[in-house]
Amino acid sequence: MAGDLKKVAYYPGCALEGTGHSYNRSTKEVGKALGLELVELKNWNCCGAMEVKNVDPQVQTYLSARNLTIAQDMGFDTVMAPCNGCYHNLKKAEYDLAHNPHAAEVTERISKKAGHKAYEPGGVETIHALDWIKHGVGEAELRQRAKGKLAGLKVANYYGCMYTRPRHIFPEKDQGTGSESTSKPHFMDDILAAAGAENVEFPLKTACCGGAHSLSDSDISTKLVLNILTTAEACGAEVIATECPTCHSGLEMHQVRAEKVLGRKTSVKILYFTQLLGMALGLSAKKVGVQENLSDPSEFLRRKGLG
Amino acid sequence: MPIHEKSLIRPENLITNDSLVIDGVDVSGHWSTFIKSRTITDYNEAMEDEIAALPGGENIHRCWQCGSCTNACTVNAVNPDFNPRYWIYLIRQGLEEELLRDKDIIWQCVSCNKCTYACPRDVLPEGVMKATAHWLELKGHTPKSPSTHFDEGFTESILATGKIEEGRVLRTFFQRTGQPLNQPWLVALVGGLVKRFPLGYLIRMGWSTVFRPRTSNWRRTGRAIEEYVSERRAEQAKALGLDTKGGH
Repeated sequence: MAGDLKKVAYYPGCALEGTGHSYNRSTKEVGKALGLELVELKNWNCCGAMEVKNVDPQVQTYLSARNLTIAQDMGFDTVMAPCNGCYHNLKKAEYDLAHNPHAAEVTERISKKAGHKAYEPGGVETIHALDWIKHGVGEAELRQRAKGKLAGLKVANYYGCMYTRPRHIFPEKDQGTGSESTSKPHFMDDILAAAGAENVEFPLKTACCGGAHSLSDSDISTKLVLNILTTAEACGAEVIATECPTCHSGLEMHQVRAEKVLGRKTSVKILYFTQLLGMALGLSAKKVGVQENLSDPSEFLRRKGLG
Repeated sequence: MPIHEKSLIRPENLITNDSLVIDGVDVSGHWSTFIKSRTITDYNEAMEDEIAALPGGENIHRCWQCGSCTNACTVNAVNPDFNPRYWIYLIRQGLEEELLRDKDIIWQCVSCNKCTYACPRDVLPEGVMKATAHWLELKGHTPKSPSTHFDEGFTESILATGKIEEGRVLRTFFQRTGQPLNQPWLVALVGGLVKRFPLGYLIRMGWSTVFRPRTSNWRRTGRAIEEYVSERRAEQAKALGLDTKGGH
C-alpha cells in the first residue's frame, strides 16, 4: 500500500453520481468522521464500466488511464475508488499498460490526439474504499470509535466479482497475512466486525449478481440475485453489506423483480458497508443517505436502534 | 469409460437395439447404447483465426480443454447448455454447424470472470465468449443481442460526454430493444422510490436527465476515441472477410 492514506485522490465514478449516490454520500461522511481527506479528481471521465470493453478493450484502458493521469497531475500517488467497476478498471489499466505493449501504444496515441500526456504505469496506486479504511484507520481505532454499536447485527458480507477477479490485476492480494484474499475476501468482514457486527458464514461472498446483464438479460440476473438473497437468509443474515453500486442496486432491483415476476419474497436488508460503518460511528441514517437507497430499511434500522 | 457431459450427445445420435447379438454375445437392451459414428467434411478452417482477430479472442489457441471454465461458470450453473469449454473445442475444430446450435445463448456470459480466474492457460475464456458473440453478429448468424445494444448505447454516451447518465442509458436500451418502460416490476420500484425520496434527490435526478453530466473539453477526446474505434472496426471486418462498405 502506498504511503499516507490520510489524504488521497477520490474517483467517485458515474454510478456514485446516480443510483449509487448514497454510497458516495456515506463514503464521504465516513471519511470526514475518521479524519480521512478525499480530494475529488478534477474533470474525471467514465472508466468504461463493464460495457466499453465489449466495444473495444483498449478504449476502456485509455478511459481509465486518463483518470490516473489526472491523479498524477494533481500530485497524488494514490487514488481511491469505492465502486468495484471503477476500481477494477483502473487496476486493469495499470496492469495492461505495464504488460501489454499494444495497450500502451493505443493509450499513447489517443492521449496525444486528445492533447494530454499518456499515463505511465507505476505512477499512481488505485485502492478500494475497503483498503482505504482498513489501512488508513485500522481495526483498533474503529473498535474504539464504534464502541460495539453494531452488536447483535447479523451481516453477510457480499463483495461481488470485480473486487477479486481476475486475480492477475491485483498483485497486492493473496500475499499472506494482512493482505486481502481473492478466494475468500475479508476486509469488509474485518471492518464491520471491528464495529461490533456479527458476520455470518456466507459462501457467496464473490458470487455474481449478474450486474453486467441487469437489464439486458433480467431473468438470469433475477435468478442469480435471488440465490444470493436466499442464501444470505439461510445463513442467518439480517443485512447484506455491499461495497459496489452495481451489486447494490442489482440486489435491490432484483429483490423487487423476484417478488413481482417469480413470486419469491425475501426480507434481508441491503446496505452499503459505509452506511453501516457510518451509523456505527454515530452518524444518522439520513447523513449516510439511507433515504436514497432503492430499498427501504428504515423500520429495521429503528428496531435495531441504528441511525 | 463414463461419458462426461452426456447432454452434449443428441438423442438422434444414440442407438439402442432391443435385440442384438455380436460375436455370439447377446447385447440386447438399454445398457448397450451406442453413439452413431459420423463423418464430418464441412470444417470452417477460418473460424478460429477470425474469432482470435476480435477483441478478447486472442488467446483461444492456448486452450487445453481441461474444462475449468465450464466448471466455474456462473451461467452454466443456471443453464447447462452454456458450455464455454465445448464452444472453444468446436471453434478450434472448425465445427461451425455445431456451434450455431447454441448461437442464441453465447451472448449471455455475465463477465463474472470466474473462468478467467480458474483457467490454468490464460485463455481468458470471458473474452473468448465476447469475441464469439460478436463474430456471430458480424457474420450475420444472429441479430445484435440485447447486451450489444446496451454496450453500444452506453459507449455512445461516453464518447459524446465523457460520462454516462443512468436514466438515459436505460431509456436508450429499452427503446432500441423495443421494450416498454412500464414493466410491472420497474413501475413497482419507481413508485416506491417516489413516495420515499427526498425532494432534493428527485430534483437532482430530473436535473441530470435534462443537463447531462459531462466531462468538460471532451469533444477532442471523444473524437480521438471514435477514430480509433472505426480503424479497429475496419481491421476486424477485413480479418473476417466482410464487405466493409455494406457494414453489418
